[in-house]
Amino acid sequence: MANLYEKYVWEVPVRVTHWINVICIALLSITGLLIGNPKLFTLSTSDYLMGWIRFVHFVAAYTFTVSVVSRLYWSLIGNRYASWREFVPFLTPEGRRGMLDTLRYYTFVSRKAPHVVGHNSLAGTAYFVVFLLYLTMIVTGFTLYSERAPLGVTHKLFGWVMVLFTNQGLRLTHHMTMWFLVAFAIHHVYSAWLMDVKEKGGVMSSIFSGYKAVRKEG
Amino acid sequence: MGDSTRETSTGAVERIFNVSQLLEEKGVSRRDFMKFCTTLSAALALPAGFAPRIAQALDEVKRPTLVWLEFQDCAGDTEALLRAANPTVGELILDILSVDYHETVMAAAGFQAEEALAKVVREQKGKYIAIVEGSIPMKDGGVYCCVAGRSALDIAREVCGNALATVAVGTCASYGGLPAARPNPTGAVGVSQAVPGAKVVNLPGCPLNADNLTATVVHYLVFNKLPAADALGRPLFAYGKRIHDNCERRAHFDAGQYVESWGDPAHAKGHCLYKMGCKGPETYHNCPTQKFNEKTSWPVASGHGCCGCSQPQFWDTMTPIYHRLPNVPGFGIESSADKIGMGIAAGTALAFGAHGLVSAFRKGDSAEGAKEDR
Ligand code: HEM
Ligand code: HEM
Ligand code: SF4
Repeated sequence: MANLYEKYVWEVPVRVTHWINVICIALLSITGLLIGNPKLFTLSTSDYLMGWIRFVHFVAAYTFTVSVVSRLYWSLIGNRYASWREFVPFLTPEGRRGMLDTLRYYTFVSRKAPHVVGHNSLAGTAYFVVFLLYLTMIVTGFTLYSERAPLGVTHKLFGWVMVLFTNQGLRLTHHMTMWFLVAFAIHHVYSAWLMDVKEKGGVMSSIFSGYKAVRKEG
Repeated sequence: MGDSTRETSTGAVERIFNVSQLLEEKGVSRRDFMKFCTTLSAALALPAGFAPRIAQALDEVKRPTLVWLEFQDCAGDTEALLRAANPTVGELILDILSVDYHETVMAAAGFQAEEALAKVVREQKGKYIAIVEGSIPMKDGGVYCCVAGRSALDIAREVCGNALATVAVGTCASYGGLPAARPNPTGAVGVSQAVPGAKVVNLPGCPLNADNLTATVVHYLVFNKLPAADALGRPLFAYGKRIHDNCERRAHFDAGQYVESWGDPAHAKGHCLYKMGCKGPETYHNCPTQKFNEKTSWPVASGHGCCGCSQPQFWDTMTPIYHRLPNVPGFGIESSADKIGMGIAAGTALAFGAHGLVSAFRKGDSAEGAKEDR
């Protein structure tokens, strides 16, 4: 384990958007569940409990949207580990091999843990799916939000969504996709821990610090 | 009656009449008439100052002919118009303006009735107003609904196609409604879909609110044009606002006070029906302000959630009526999104927990840090 040095992998925008997303998703999931099935104990009609819960949902929703869009923009101009190419390894033969190797490691078939500086190709693919889930939440969320003002700009922008979904289908999709994100989060934190232990590259701390331990050539 | 006739240049007979005079003959005072005009300007979301203009316009109006067609319907919209506790001024106005043909209420029958309709279409082409109640079946050449041996589609094409304007009353005439519910065996559609060329105003609702019909007709008489409509062809004065935003239970929604089951204390206190499946948050109609039966009540006021009846295909898209969310398709009756979601989350946690245990005791599978890539 010689020749290790610290390599700057995750740039500031990658880390900042990651943690903003984590906080927003936590807030959105908790407030969303309460919006979907309010279990509230208020005695007075003068309270504004549901009002505040929805307010938090919408503020977090806007923050989340700005953060996701910023990360997508950064995937065009950031370093190679932030690039959009990291998310579509399945487009290259090399990437597909990487995915298979990682899968073999995860299913205990192989003992070779992945050795990559950025995302391993299986993780990259998973993030691709997660970004699709993010976009699903944003599109269905803003469409629901636009119901408030049928002549407003948001309604015009997202009117096409109502062609794809029925009203109830839209709500169900918004609700169900949350659970897919929750499942991903469980898997994701576990994998980060696993790779931290096995790769010994400091993945876990890398999303805070930006640095990973990387071996010098030769 | 205050009716007089005059021959126009085209030879058609046009009846000139004076609404307020007619109303007086029917025992409605000028004061009641002015009150009606004020209420109407409110329904049309016009400033109160418009009432005299409405009164004046109604005084000078030329009598347009109305024909009322019924297709695949339950006559509920006709009922809504006829069954008010007392005959209202609005009803009388419609009564006076109307009605050369109306299957449910006309005295004439058979050939005589059909001739009345044919005469209107022939002699007043482009000048009469058609009101349609009920959906139009398109499947199998339209055989599923025939009147006097002609298919609804055929009649609609002729009558609505030659009308000055068509008012589709109720959700069936507007969007197909209940007959169009999946699997829509008759291929039912609304008027604007069946007769694409016709100028149609949709007044959906199950039934429609008769006040909105009066307001639409009066809007036409006063301004000589149809009211501004939304993307679904519904007049904005009646369908421009969301039920949820005008609901008298809204304060309970914002506070977080909900009915949890029928007849519970919250229900008795009039709390919000959101958890009982109320579709007010996604339905556009003026029920909370206009109400029904002379502003007596409306569904949410009477303790039942809104079921979204003025939205297209509400029977398919707003159900289940008594739950907020539908079940996840492909799973059993009782599997809500949350149960399945928690299952997925728990499954993931279990799978990776087990994976973690195995990995923790697994030796010799570590890497030595990633290699610099070029
Ligand atoms: C990861 C992100 C998000 C999660 C986990 C989430 C979760 C949820 C959940 C579970 C509900 C309840 C659905 C129901 O049962 O009807 C909900 C409702 C809603 N969400 Fe989200 N949401 C997210 C993002 C967004 C975004 C980006 C918007 C955009 C404005 C948004 C807007 C809404 C609206 C408008 C509602 C309905 C609120 C109401 O009826 O008052 N959500 N959300
Ligand atoms: C305590 C919680 C979390 C930790 C410690 C953590 C850690 C990490 C680490 C180490 C990476 C980079 C590693 C790699 O690419 O293999 C990463 C990336 C990522 N994480 Fe997390 N994560 C957490 C929570 C979440 C949650 C809740 C979500 C979303 C549901 C999430 C979504 C993502 C995504 C989408 C990426 C790719 C980021 C990018 O390239 O922009 N993370 N996370
Ligand atoms: S009863 Fe229905 S329309 Fe009224 S506030 Fe509650 S959810 Fe909204």
